[in-house]
Parts: sequence; C-alpha cells; structure tokens
Amino acid sequence: MPIVSLAFKSLLNRRFTAALTVMSIALSVALLVGVERLRTEARASFANTLSGTDLIVGARSGAVQLLLYSVFRIGDATNNMSWQSYQDIARHPKVAWSVPLSLGDSHRGFRVLGTSQAYFERYQYARDRRLVLAEGGPFSDLYDAVLGAEVATELGYRIGDPIVVAHGASDVSFARHEDKPFRVSGILARTGTPVDRTVHVSLEAIEAIHIDWQSGAPLPGLSVSAEQARKMDLTPKAITAALVGLKSKVATFSVQRYVNEYPEEPLSAILPGVALSQLWGLIGVAENALLVVSAFVVVVGLFGMLTALLTSLNERRREMAILRSVGARPGHVFALIMGEAGFLTLIGIALGLGLLYLLLLFAQPLMESMYGIFIAIGSPSSYELLLLGALVIAGFVVGSIPAYRAYRYSLADGLSIRI
Amino acid sequence: MRELFVQRSTNLTHLQRYGSLKGSWREVGPLVIDIKDLEFRWHPGGETVLSLETMRVDPGEHLFIEGPSGSGKSTLLSLLAGVTTTQAGSVRVLDRPLERLGSVERDHFRADHVGYIFQMFNLIPYLSVVDNVLLPCRFSARRRDRALTRGGGLEAEARRLLGHLDMDHPELLGRAVTTLSVGQQQRVAAARALMGSPELLIADEPTSSLDADRRESFIRLLFDECRQAASTLVFVSHDATLECLFHRTVNLARINRRPGTLIDAAEMGT
Ligand SMILES: Nc1ncnc2c1ncn2[C@@H]1O[C@H](COP(=O)(O)OP(=O)(O)O)[C@@H](O)[C@H]1O
Ligand SMILES: [Mg+2]
Repeated sequence: MPIVSLAFKSLLNRRFTAALTVMSIALSVALLVGVERLRTEARASFANTLSGTDLIVGARSGAVQLLLYSVFRIGDATNNMSWQSYQDIARHPKVAWSVPLSLGDSHRGFRVLGTSQAYFERYQYARDRRLVLAEGGPFSDLYDAVLGAEVATELGYRIGDPIVVAHGASDVSFARHEDKPFRVSGILARTGTPVDRTVHVSLEAIEAIHIDWQSGAPLPGLSVSAEQARKMDLTPKAITAALVGLKSKVATFSVQRYVNEYPEEPLSAILPGVALSQLWGLIGVAENALLVVSAFVVVVGLFGMLTALLTSLNERRREMAILRSVGARPGHVFALIMGEAGFLTLIGIALGLGLLYLLLLFAQPLMESMYGIFIAIGSPSSYELLLLGALVIAGFVVGSIPAYRAYRYSLADGLSIRI
Repeated sequence: MRELFVQRSTNLTHLQRYGSLKGSWREVGPLVIDIKDLEFRWHPGGETVLSLETMRVDPGEHLFIEGPSGSGKSTLLSLLAGVTTTQAGSVRVLDRPLERLGSVERDHFRADHVGYIFQMFNLIPYLSVVDNVLLPCRFSARRRDRALTRGGGLEAEARRLLGHLDMDHPELLGRAVTTLSVGQQQRVAAARALMGSPELLIADEPTSSLDADRRESFIRLLFDECRQAASTLVFVSHDATLECLFHRTVNLARINRRPGTLIDAAEMGT
C-alpha cells in the first residue's frame, strides 16, 4: 500500500514525461478502438447495403458478379433475362413482390437504372431504412428521372432540369439518346449505398429510348420521336435482374431452386446477405491491414513508455537505495516501477477512450451524412474490451522489464549507491 | 537463559576493556552488534572485501569507524543493516543472527530496528520534508507505533524531531527538498533515521559534505537525539578528526585482515 502513493507522487514529479507517455498511449488507444469501431460499422453498413430482399435473380453467373452489377452497379451482366421468365418468377405462388432492374445506360459516369415504381417502396438498406425523396416525387411522366443524392450534388441538378441518357457505360456523343431527354422529377435523400450514384428511370422509358435502336446503335433511316414512342407498346423484352421478396423466409431455398432449375433459360437466384458477406471477405483484407497497422501504433506507444521508464531508472537508483534503507523490499521496488507502468497504461486507455468518444460525438453526424455509416456511440463492444484487456496486459509486460531491472539493481547495489 | 548469561559476562569483560573511555554509556545489556569471523566478498570468486575476527558494540554506544575510502566501511554497514549477508562467520545484530534470516525477514528487521543516513542525497526528491521523515513508518508498523506513542501523532513526531534538529520552520517545511542546503538535507535525513526510535542508527559519512563547523554541530545534535531515543550509533567516516567526539573508535583498515589492508598496515608499521 505505501508503494501506491509513492508511485503516484513519483509520477507527479515527472509529470511532463509522464503526460507525454500517457498521451502517446491515449492516441494509440483512440486509433486502435476507432479503427476497430469503424471497421465493424463499415462491415455492418456494407452488409446492409440491401436488406429486406430475399433473392436477387439474374442470368446465370456467379453470386458475387450478380451482386456487383445488380446492387453495386459495377461491371455488366453477361446476359439478360427475358421478360417472360421474369413474369413467371413474379407470379410464383411464394413470391410476395418483385422489382425488375434494367441496366446498361449511363449519364455522365453515373449508371442509369430502369425499374418500376415498386423499387422506391421495396428497396431497403441499413436493416430497415427505406428510400426517402428529399425533393420532388417519383416518376409521373414516361420521361421522368429520380436522381440519387450524389448524382444531384455532384452534377448540380435541380428538380425540372433536363438530362440526356447515353447508351452504354461510356458517355460518348454519338451514342446519346438526345432525341428523348429526361426531366428530373425527384432527388433521393442520401443513403450511403450505391443508390446515391444511380439515375432512376422507369422500365418503360428504357424501352422507349431504345425503340429505334438495335445492337447498340440507332437504326438507320428509322427514327421514332419521343411523342410517337409514348403511343407504342413499351413492354420490355428483357431485363437485367430482379429483386424478389418472398411471403415467408422458409420458402427461400425452394424458390431459389425453382429459379436455378428454370427450364426456359439459365438463371441464378442468390441470397443477398450471403453474397454480400462473400464480397466483404474479398475486400476485408484491407480492413484487417488497417487493424494490424493500428495495433503497431499501440506497440510504438508502449515502446515510448518502455523508453521513458528505462531512462528514468538510472537516475532513480539512489531513490531505490533510499527506499531499501528504510526497509523497502526488492519486491517493493519492483512494484513501484510496475505500478507506474500500470498507472500510465490505465490512464492512457481511459484518456484514449475519452478522446475517441469526443471525436465520435463530432464525427458521427458527418460520417452518417457523407458516407451513410452510422457509428453508434455505445459502450465498448466485447471485442473492443478484449483489445483493451490485451493492452493492459501488454502494458504490464512492458512495465515488468524496467521493474525487473530496478529489482536487480536494488539487490546488487544494496545500500551503496554508485553515481 | 544460559546463553544470555554467557553473553552478559562477555559483555562485562567488554565493558571492562573499554569502560575507561569518555562518554556516558554505561548500560549493561545484550550486545547490539556482535561480529565473529566475518568473511565477505561481493561476488562469488571475487576478492575478499572484509575479513573481521570480532567486533562488538554495546547498547547506547557511539562508535566511530574510520578507514580510507575503499576499505569496506560501507560494505560493513550493508552487512549490519542486513542488506547483504556474510558468506562465513556470523553477524548478530540486536541478538539476531542476520546471516540465518531470510531476505524478507532481514528487510523487516531493517525497517523495524535500523535508521540509516547516507553521505548525501538522502532525500526522495518528490516527497515533502515531512513525507521524507515519515518514510520509515510506511514500511514498519513497529516504528509507526513507537512514533505515535512518543509524539502523539506521526506528523507531530516528525515535526518534533525536525524541531530538535532546527528544521521546524514553516518556510523550510514547505520547500521542495531539492532546494534545501546540504546541511539541511542531512538534518532531515537524521530526523528520518530517528523516526520511531530505532535501536540502531547507522550513518555512512553523513558529514563529509558539510563544512567543518557544521560538522560538529550536526554530530552533537545526532548524539542528543540518540541519547533521548536510547539508540546505538555507528558512525563511519574517513575524517579522523571527528573521533574525539565518540565513545570509541575502530580503525577498519587495521582490524580488516584482507590481503590489501595487511600490506597497508605493514607499510604503516615501517
Ligand atoms: N554493491 C557493490 N557491488 C560490488 N562491489 C562493491 C559494492 N559496493 C562496494 N563494492 C566494492 O567493495 C569494496 C569496498 O567498498 P566500500 O565498502 O564502498 O568502501 P568504503 O565505503 O570504505 O569507501 C570496493 O572495492 C568496492 O568496489
Ligand atoms: Mg563508503
């Protein structure tokens, strides 16, 4: 017990170096726990890019590829699925709802998605959040477009602005659907999902702008005006993929089998949750690297403490001899240094957590509006507590090095102090 | 019982031998220090630093140990304080054979019964003057109890001792110990060593960093306190001019039989 107050007073005496040591530990703790929290939240928000959808259906391909083009708008489908197949699946007795997706066009680098009105009601992300229109309304006219938040801010669009859709992913002048311009009817609130980077139009509009096109080029001599197109049959012949909701989750595998074994054409049905975590497994390496780097920062912080304690030790040999002369045991000397290391580590951890929570308080609204990542400011998770526990142990292990040295000194020096 | 009797008788012959010396110590009791056939080296296989046939100190005695530097004075004090133990022979202090005690027991023994003053830098820089004086009471319940019964309170006892040593000024007590003069620091160290009235006070060249007139007044203060606490004082110095103040002087270089000092003695003889 006498050692605790001695250790405290001794630290107070060296408060400047002690404060630096505590600060370096605190910063490394804030980084470690911050990275860990960001990592889990990023993973959770990624896994929640699409929720409420039971199956994604498309032409036969790998699960990740289907997910990439249907949800993340990355890459292209190898094949389309016919409208007839889509109708068959949509009418399956166990299917509650379905949303067709038609991809292929773009607008100034943003993908254009042809879909139905149901998309805005059925698309869910972050577990149970739905798309919300920040301005305007959904499609009311054939040539209406609803923009994702990022499309609108990046290109500076307002409600009522005209936009021209280009054929294919690259925006080259000769492949534009200039004869059939769209009008911005609505702008969605930010979601932090690929929806933000998408231009939504109706499935019929996609059909209308391609009515006089064939194999990626306008048909020579045949030109249908925007107004003429309105009167034509705009039922699509094919779509790219479809989101499917089931009446009961129990039916998931039977409907998946139905799709996979659909006789008319080769199709795939995937479970979005499974595919998302598969995809995260691919890109999660970077996230692990980040955690490893921050763990190394913690090691650097502990090395700082080791250096500070070891350099102070030589000056303190006299102090140890004085303590020995008044009856302190070598064990007391060990405990004195150990107590300092433990105290520095614990204060560092507490300060680091405080720093992190303060930072989160400021960053939370920013992170949510900019990246759609919602970081909960709750008490540390069990994994975070595990990390902190490991840190406390590491602090004591690091402290035991100078403590053992001081112990050896105090045995060898006895009461003779060499300076 | 029998052993005690033997000891008393040897003690008496001891008294008879030195009884004619100046000073007032006349107490008859078991020896405070009783060394027999001591052999000590710091490292196994290293040279022998101390080799003493006998050395005895009576209760209340003020003993002066002189010897040139490197003659093993501090080493002897480490043995008396139970920080190190002899490899051969025996070192009895306050009737305890230190070489037979475990290291924890020796640490307890030192905390309870020994006050120690170093040559300089006696104080822990991050503790206040009073906290420095209270230090022994943190490690020994016995000395805490004794200080409490003597002074009425730990702090009161510390200030009483500091007052006797001319150190109980509010201005001095409030200062960081590192800003005190060397003489003041040594007086604080003396107060600490005397705290809780240990039976044995050991001082390792405590005056060598003081100037001549301060030296004597410091020693007189120390004597007064030792007398009041009935403590035995073992005082080491290489400064032979101080020896006239003490009851008795031991020249370590002369009684130490290790090879190096024998040659010294031979040279001195010629
Ligand atoms: N802690 C120690 N470890 C090893 N050798 C020591 C230690 N203390 C003293 N010595 C050696 O013991 C011898 C006697 O030293 P010391 O007792 O300090 O002499 P004095 O106090 O008379 O000057 C010296 O040779 C010194 O080097
Ligand atoms: Mg010495």
